[in-house]
Amino acid sequence: MTAVRATLDHCVKCTICESHCPFSAATSLFPGPKYAGPQSERFRAAGRSPDVSVDYCSSCGICTQVCPQGVKIAEINSQARAALKQEHGIPLRDRLIARPSVTGRLAMPLAPLANLGLRVRPLRVAMERSIGIHRDAPLPPVARRTFQRWARRHRAPARERAVVYFHGCSTNYYEPRTGEMAVAVLERAGYRVLVPPQDCCGLPLQSNGAFPAARRYALRLAQALAPYARAGHDIVATSTSCSLMLKREAREILGLEEDDDLRVVSERTYDICEWLRDRFDEGTLPTDFSPLPMRVPYHAPCQQRGHAIGKPALDLLALVPGLEVVELDTDCCGVAGTYGLKREKYAIGMRVGERLFRLVRESGSELAVCDSETCRWQITHGTGVRAVHPIDLLHRAYGL
Amino acid sequence: MFDVVVVGGGLAGLSAALRLAQQGRRVAVVAKGLGATQLTGGTIDVLGYAPERVDNPRRRIPELVREQPDHPYARLDLDLVERSLSWFRSAVEPLRYAGGLDENVLLPSAAGAVRPTALAPASMSDGNLRRVPRLLIVGFRALKDFYPAYVADNLRHAGIEARASVLEANPRSGEADVSGLVYAAALDADAAFRRVLADELAAVVEPGETVGLPAVLGVDEAPAVWRELQERLGAPVFEIPTLPPSVPGRRVHRLLAAALRDAGGRMVVGAVAVGAETGNGRADALVVQDAARRRPYRAHSFVLATGGVASGGLELELDGTVREPVLDLPVAGMPDGAPFSPRYLDPQALAPVGLAVDEELRPVDADGRVVYENVYAAGAMLAAAEPWREKSGDGISLASGIRVTEAIVERLS
Repeated sequence: MTAVRATLDHCVKCTICESHCPFSAATSLFPGPKYAGPQSERFRAAGRSPDVSVDYCSSCGICTQVCPQGVKIAEINSQARAALKQEHGIPLRDRLIARPSVTGRLAMPLAPLANLGLRVRPLRVAMERSIGIHRDAPLPPVARRTFQRWARRHRAPARERAVVYFHGCSTNYYEPRTGEMAVAVLERAGYRVLVPPQDCCGLPLQSNGAFPAARRYALRLAQALAPYARAGHDIVATSTSCSLMLKREAREILGLEEDDDLRVVSERTYDICEWLRDRFDEGTLPTDFSPLPMRVPYHAPCQQRGHAIGKPALDLLALVPGLEVVELDTDCCGVAGTYGLKREKYAIGMRVGERLFRLVRESGSELAVCDSETCRWQITHGTGVRAVHPIDLLHRAYGL
Repeated sequence: MFDVVVVGGGLAGLSAALRLAQQGRRVAVVAKGLGATQLTGGTIDVLGYAPERVDNPRRRIPELVREQPDHPYARLDLDLVERSLSWFRSAVEPLRYAGGLDENVLLPSAAGAVRPTALAPASMSDGNLRRVPRLLIVGFRALKDFYPAYVADNLRHAGIEARASVLEANPRSGEADVSGLVYAAALDADAAFRRVLADELAAVVEPGETVGLPAVLGVDEAPAVWRELQERLGAPVFEIPTLPPSVPGRRVHRLLAAALRDAGGRMVVGAVAVGAETGNGRADALVVQDAARRRPYRAHSFVLATGGVASGGLELELDGTVREPVLDLPVAGMPDGAPFSPRYLDPQALAPVGLAVDEELRPVDADGRVVYENVYAAGAMLAAAEPWREKSGDGISLASGIRVTEAIVERLS
């Protein structure tokens, strides 16, 4: 954690982070990453938070990505928010939405009822008043069965090589279909897909400032995946934010650099498009794609950009004949995981997403492509356009 | 496998990458951050001082090269500089840059100083102090980085007729401190705010005056915002670059990055080049650190445009030595005596330190031998220039960025 904090000495106050922060542009409640981070940090040395504005940082991480000096601005702000939460306490709402595996497990047995409830206005209003989840926030309907259950029953074809799939909570409880398609594509690429039991990576807890709980989740997941990593298996993920958590954020932000399980898992973790692009680069990816004559807009989510790997989804989809993918010139969809769900932050998130929504609508496409689940839900909420993971299009193009 | 991997996303790196992508080459830009273009005032300074103020860069550059044979302009002839300027003008066409090498435009700075530059966007050109009869410098009460009275006062000291006025127009009414980018975004998107600004301005401007405003007149819609304001006012309007966040710098960066994307180039932002795989006098790959691992980026040619000490392209060690951290390339021009003068604005002995290069801008060692036959350098890391004293940084970055593309294309074909 001190390593993150030490980078603030590199800040030359150039304000590039300020100019690219989508949240300070949308609300004056967040004064900007430089003010909240490197500048306020010196006042925090005494152990107290100078103000509460850092709570309005969304942790999208754009500030760190654009910083030309390598200052870990978003990470400093995440740690500052955790300190703030420790001082002021974490509201029940934040504890709840930060545990997607718990809410998923609770809601699933009642799936039809729970999903109906999401659409009943008076219930949503009551939910907003009681716990502060905005009545219009894009909460996903829970699936009837978990992805894990599907995976247990799935008959994996015999293959020499194996790869581990880290599906994350959203695939398990809300979008099992994304996981099924990921498995099919990986199998098509010539791999047996191992799906070990797994729980949340701790990212939502981290974003909500609940570091001790986030650490427990992150370490438990690392422990579950480490034997596979040590056996030489790569771990691929469809959730770009959760895989970034395993690659870098848990170690840096939560200060878990010393944990050896997390280290080996981190070294073996890949975004699924990144991993497939590597297979293409080494010449082993089957490229007998059927034509998909369509033109679709693509949004690279903030956490995807945090991987610093370029945009492998675009590289892969460029291999599909007839498919034209238009990369949108956008920063952030505004939801930032759980930020845009909160009563007091929903409108800010929607303002942040305005440009993206407009570009998606103007594209006239019936489909938008985006790697991250919460961003997909936000895009659909803001535009009415269905948003899919890039793997969905690869799945189609393979004719699976 | 790429044709070319460019390291650095500033003016040199982005121009080189875009020029190559426009010619159908497979290009990736690996950039630690988003590049320093957004910190600049958005003008293209080719040669402003040498050491006296330069009126005619076309005449002065050849003399400078004779006086300083190691200067980067010795490798960047006037034809190339001219080609580079005209390429830049077309690359950022919507901003309508004007000017050239025959006469520097003199623009007021945000401190009211007179600033010579070769190219300026249309929205600044009416501020040319060679021509303006009378100036009205206007600021906004809520924009803390621009003080019109200070600008006007200093301009009057320089013999220019100028007065100042402060407007109340504020896109976040009630707030005391609003950044230039918030103004720019509001002017982009909000027709009502554009009217409010024009009306308030119309009430203070007098016939015959030219109006100077802080450079916040829109980002994406900048040319239209500027034209609309001018039409509503019936008076010439020009922008003065402010402290960063720089709106005019952001416009340039946005257009170049979008053009690179449209031309099929790849931007990898947040990744740091940390080393290379080399052999037989060539670089085979650059090793790049991403969120989880170091991975090789393979290409036929590599362009290093990582900037000087201020950007981390060169690193000043505690023992006073300077090194180039990616390929450990030889660094030229190390001073024998004290590296720093305690007076900030003095010539600084360390300032011209950088990479010495051959005709094709490939780094060379102390004996003039090319280090890697397929590695090129461009921009602020080139040795023997002092861009902030000479006001030559944009010209060197742009022309060296274009020069390496020409050398690379020649070798690839």
